[in-house]
Amino acid sequence: MSADDAILSVESLAVAFGGVKAVDDVSFAVRRGEVFTLIGPNGAGKTTVFNLISRLYNPMRGRIVFEGNDITALPAHRVAALGISRTFQNIELFEHATVLQNLLIGRQVHRKTALWEEILFLPKVRRQEYAFREHVEKVIDLLDLQHYRDSHVAGLPYGIRKVVELGRALAMQPRLLLMDEPSSGLNVEETEDMAFWIQDINQDLDITVVMVEHDMSLVSRVSHRVLALNQGAVVTVGTPKDVQSHPGVVEAYLGKAAHA
Amino acid sequence: MRFLFKTDYDQDIRLAKHGGHVFWYSLLGVALLAAPWLLSEYLLEQLVLVCIYAVAGLGLMLLSGFTGLISLGHAAFLGVGAYTEAVLVGMGWPFPLAMSAAVVLSAATGVVVGLPALRVRGIYLAIATLALGVIVEEVLTRWEDVTGGSAGLMVKSPTLFGAAVPQPVGFYYLCLGILVVATLAVLNLLRSPTGRAFVAVRDSEISSQSMGIHLAKAKTLSFALSAALTGLAGALYAHKLRFLSPEQFTVLQSVELLMMIFIGGLGSVHGVFLGALFLITLPQGIAVAKDWLPPAIGGAAGLQSTVFGLIIVGFVLFEPLGLYGRWVKIRLYLQTFPFYRKGTFRREKTFQKTERQR
Amino acid sequence: MQLLQVLIGGISQGCIYGLIALGFVLIYKATEAVNFAQGELMMLGAFCGLGFSTALGLPYWAVLPCSVLAMGIFGFLTEALVLRPILGQPAFALIMVTIGVGYVARGLITMIPGIGTETHVFEAPFHDEVITLGPLVIGMEQAVIIGASFLLCGGLFALFRYTRVGVAMQAISQNQLAAYYMGIPVKRLNSLVWAISAGMAAVAGVLLAPVTFVHANMGFIGLKAFPAAVIGGFESLPGAIVGGLIIGIVEALAGFYLPEGFKDVAPYVVVLAMLMIRPHGLFGTSMRKRV
Repeated sequence: MSADDAILSVESLAVAFGGVKAVDDVSFAVRRGEVFTLIGPNGAGKTTVFNLISRLYNPMRGRIVFEGNDITALPAHRVAALGISRTFQNIELFEHATVLQNLLIGRQVHRKTALWEEILFLPKVRRQEYAFREHVEKVIDLLDLQHYRDSHVAGLPYGIRKVVELGRALAMQPRLLLMDEPSSGLNVEETEDMAFWIQDINQDLDITVVMVEHDMSLVSRVSHRVLALNQGAVVTVGTPKDVQSHPGVVEAYLGKAAHA
Repeated sequence: MRFLFKTDYDQDIRLAKHGGHVFWYSLLGVALLAAPWLLSEYLLEQLVLVCIYAVAGLGLMLLSGFTGLISLGHAAFLGVGAYTEAVLVGMGWPFPLAMSAAVVLSAATGVVVGLPALRVRGIYLAIATLALGVIVEEVLTRWEDVTGGSAGLMVKSPTLFGAAVPQPVGFYYLCLGILVVATLAVLNLLRSPTGRAFVAVRDSEISSQSMGIHLAKAKTLSFALSAALTGLAGALYAHKLRFLSPEQFTVLQSVELLMMIFIGGLGSVHGVFLGALFLITLPQGIAVAKDWLPPAIGGAAGLQSTVFGLIIVGFVLFEPLGLYGRWVKIRLYLQTFPFYRKGTFRREKTFQKTERQR
Repeated sequence: MQLLQVLIGGISQGCIYGLIALGFVLIYKATEAVNFAQGELMMLGAFCGLGFSTALGLPYWAVLPCSVLAMGIFGFLTEALVLRPILGQPAFALIMVTIGVGYVARGLITMIPGIGTETHVFEAPFHDEVITLGPLVIGMEQAVIIGASFLLCGGLFALFRYTRVGVAMQAISQNQLAAYYMGIPVKRLNSLVWAISAGMAAVAGVLLAPVTFVHANMGFIGLKAFPAAVIGGFESLPGAIVGGLIIGIVEALAGFYLPEGFKDVAPYVVVLAMLMIRPHGLFGTSMRKRV
């Protein structure tokens, strides 16, 4: 794969917490337009990789390159401005705000008004609010959130909050979307919807998706390629089918005896 | 129950959401404009105080209610504003210029506190602001050449366009005007990206970062704006008091400001006004009640502090959303009568979830 | 030599700060509430001691355990009546409620006719005794404060380390819900923590009373114990004592070397500097939320 079609490339990334190597020499490249999934047993370092990419953690070694820009040393908010948005494993919404406000915060990186203009609420600010809202409404339509627009997040059921979080990430109009366990805590029906949305997001909105996921049926349904991690190191990369039958992956999940 | 049929994005953006708002706020505006003819001079003086405290409360609410940063040192900003105003007006500066200087200087002090605040949160931040409060109070006491120290400082009357602002009516309109402008500014801020960023920082620092919000910048900005508003209130406060001494800007004053926005209702602009009204009327109410109480209780020195304490504890226990929260409940009860469910706002019983890691 | 004398004064004052800070830290560790009424608890403890010794005529050594017991019960009840109903509420509510409790305590004491507004002398029997170490002269009052603080700190440490209750308290300070599922009576332990903390405040009050007199506003000393707790890290028991000592010594030195006024702000300048350099204090650990 040449450097051109890689939207994100991670080179020998490593980080340790208190002597434990959480991620150790991980390298991979994500192609523009694909759905790329990280799998692995608990503690394999999948979420840590996400946190490194979105710059919540500092890597000890390695390089992260997004669309040709080295983002290894950028602060988290700058990474967002470049076009990477993410969701969280345990949902990190703005609990005491409405769904609409949450989604509007997704537009934050597109803010073009100065503080004084906002204090005076000049027509320019109003126009910007219209534009933000228009885009947010598209997201609301896509994710069927019309009903919850004015609800406070704190009172919503888990499944809806998960969707709102996805919506907030989409409202940013990212080019790369990181999804940390999109199906965790969802029931079968909601997982089904999620699978459709991931495909829609990927195909219709042209957003490259990197996700961490445990549900193998969802993984094989939506992903183009899968990366298996175990104990902070890459086991294998390939199509969902190849990875699932890879002896190293089977061993990581089931232990040596089961494989033999 | 009022159902709003929304057909326009503007309906979610504009300040008055429906005809009811327009009607009631216009009525309030007319009443406030007519206040000098309706109220006795004493009550008008109290209303001036309400306006001044509301401006300070707007500042603190922006910081604590909307950005989630607790400040135990806001009296310092009030003090910086008040003394700057007093000193500059004393040097013959015209009122608007002195007031602007007070605002700028307070905001600068706010940025200075904001700097250590970038790295700490929760209780550490509260202590940092407490420390600032004590230091500023001490500076006001010791810098006698400028502030007059404990002996105090007389404040000249404000002059506007070369003429003295007539007391109390002119000054009342001045305070009211400034309050209205400050309120509009805060409301505008809250409906634009910066205000949303503040709320985001309050609710989740991690995800606000991932949404492209510069945490340090947002927090410093919140501190600066909050301090600026409180300093503005300080400038007015100086003219209201006409005599400044450092005891007016102690930690107790900071606690009172905090109490005001908490009782009013954290996280709502309405709460600021209800809180200010409450804070000013409470001592009056206690004074009236004293006559009815047996002298052993009514005459005791600690009565006011006891009542204050009981009220805070009562609000935390029974109405943590403050006066505004209570009003929302009453309104809902009336709107849905007779179908209001008792448990609508019941708090979930839970254990303490740690806020040490945010 | 004069410097050493100043230092000892600072250390004994610092021990008082440390004792109050210990109360903060204990409650914060276990319940996440920052007890802004800790200084007022100390004031109540001092008044308790005063009551026991003047009204009941108890000797000083009997006054101490009686005040500790009385304040322990008071602390227990405060937690059970005021704090427990708001378990799980945001930090802001907890701060406000303890501020409220402090106001009420101060107000009620002030309202006691003839006593509340006065300043009372509360003499310890070892009032005039001194220990002479070569050229050094240490007041017995100071020595007792220093000794008692270290004894208490050691006792608390042992309690946390070696007893079942202590280990259970450690557990609730990590995760209340998990502790509850493991069968630990979280609510009762929270009350117990408050009782211990109030008891310690009583010790501080009774020890401090002979030095500073007893009056309704003596609780404001608690505001200086906050910097102490923050310097120590707010979550560390030995940190509280160390922080207290630092504050006490800095204050004493500032009073000795610097012009008037610096003494009162020195603790706050130190705490601001500390927050800039080490935001989590000397012994605190920085924890990050897992996402």
